[in-house]
Amino acid sequence: MRIPCPFCGLRGSAEFSVLGAATPQRPAADAPIEAWHAYVYLRDNLAGAHEELWHHSMGCRQWLVVARDTRSHAVFSARACRP
Amino acid sequence: MVAVNDGMLSGMKYSALALLRNAFTGNRAWSPVWRYPEPKAAYDTIIVGGGGHGLATAHYLAKLHGVTDLAVVEKGYLGSGNVGRNTTIIRSNYLVPANTHFYEHSLKLWEGLEQDINYNAMVSQRGVLNLCHSDSQRDAYARRGNAMRLAGVDAELLDAAAVRAMVPGLNMDSARFPVKGGLLQRRGGTVRHDAVAWGYARAADQRGVDLLQNTEVIGIRVEGGRVRGVETTRGFIGARRVGLACAGNSSRVAAMAGLTLPIESHVLQAFVSEAVKPMIDGVVTYGAGHFYVSQSDKGGLVFGGDIDGYNSYAQRGGLAIVEDVMEMAVQLFPATSRLRYLRQWGGIMDMSMDGSPIIDRTPVEGLFLNCGWCYGGFKATPASGWCFAHTIATGQPHALNAGFRLDRFASGALLDERGAGAQPNQH
Repeated sequence: MRIPCPFCGLRGSAEFSVLGAATPQRPAADAPIEAWHAYVYLRDNLAGAHEELWHHSMGCRQWLVVARDTRSHAVFSARACRP
Repeated sequence: MVAVNDGMLSGMKYSALALLRNAFTGNRAWSPVWRYPEPKAAYDTIIVGGGGHGLATAHYLAKLHGVTDLAVVEKGYLGSGNVGRNTTIIRSNYLVPANTHFYEHSLKLWEGLEQDINYNAMVSQRGVLNLCHSDSQRDAYARRGNAMRLAGVDAELLDAAAVRAMVPGLNMDSARFPVKGGLLQRRGGTVRHDAVAWGYARAADQRGVDLLQNTEVIGIRVEGGRVRGVETTRGFIGARRVGLACAGNSSRVAAMAGLTLPIESHVLQAFVSEAVKPMIDGVVTYGAGHFYVSQSDKGGLVFGGDIDGYNSYAQRGGLAIVEDVMEMAVQLFPATSRLRYLRQWGGIMDMSMDGSPIIDRTPVEGLFLNCGWCYGGFKATPASGWCFAHTIATGQPHALNAGFRLDRFASGALLDERGAGAQPNQH
């Protein structure tokens, strides 16, 4: 699996570490406990296109959002987490 | 798949006498191991997933709870998932009490399994040895061993000399990761994994359970908050109760009933080397990395390591982990450096948010859930089926799976054996 890092170009996935799904959004501090439960613990766990947070830990050390197919491991795109 | 023996129970009992009799009659009288029945319009109970856990659940439901109006629905062939994709290790060396008692029950069921299901599963209690490489790690193992012994589980703390005598070939004196000792569970060991699926399947079939292969669930019918049955590729099958034992596909199947689970699916790889002469007697695990190895009866080394770390449904992994696992193998057993490996495969793990499983009811009436096995599912097979059968039959969890509730993530009663937090790829 190779990831097209927007800063370094196409790099092997061994240079990266993966955090997990990029879609959960941190709730407001005063959000109900159910929202926090869903944010911390519940995952859609999709079979197919999936957006994830990857860290280019052995490269530019930037956080990326990588779009990938969890059934084929095909990588569609990678963009910087913060523009 | 050839449909044979329709409607007829395959009731032959395996014994030395049967072996002898069939040997003298040209092995022509063996009956099929199980039937290939047509699905009925409805069953009392349906188990989704014909792997180890689903088949064990069916066996214990039929045997201990008298539920025989029962079908196991499997999208592929029986045992085509993780029950045939693991490193065959059984053990009960856990620290958290809910896990210790559950896995010890599992180990006791393994010890009587072959008589129970009349099937040779090659249960081999050859011992599981966890190596430690530092003083602090030895302290942690002493603590775990004491916790195990307090719970009635066997555990022995070995010093370096005892490990050296027990496991020849081990790289004891590496400068970076010297072996300081180990925690040994002699009752742990290995089991022929495919035979577990086949044995449970045959035992369930003999009690009248319909094993519906090549029947994929494509929907779960829920009306008024109650489960009514499952939509399959062979049509709708009604049921009063449905139990899900879908391992890596748990999230996908549960989503059909509107549930979102605290689960991520990850790929875990395992490897077998070419066959060599007897070299490793028991199961040895590395304490300075994540690596475990045993030797099969054919002579191949069976070993594995970490999950790949990213979400996957692909049943195959990447080369980074292959390299990582091989490095650890060579570090621990330098003699393996020129060994070629024959096969490598991946299974899809249902990684839970605290590293412990879920066996529970769900908010949908009549729908039950068995998932979150991370990579501890194989050793748990008998107790998982036993507890899931109890939960389905009585509507309540047994004391042994009372900690494995679905709502523990909301209530905070987590069972985080490793202390890694809500990060499934770290468990």
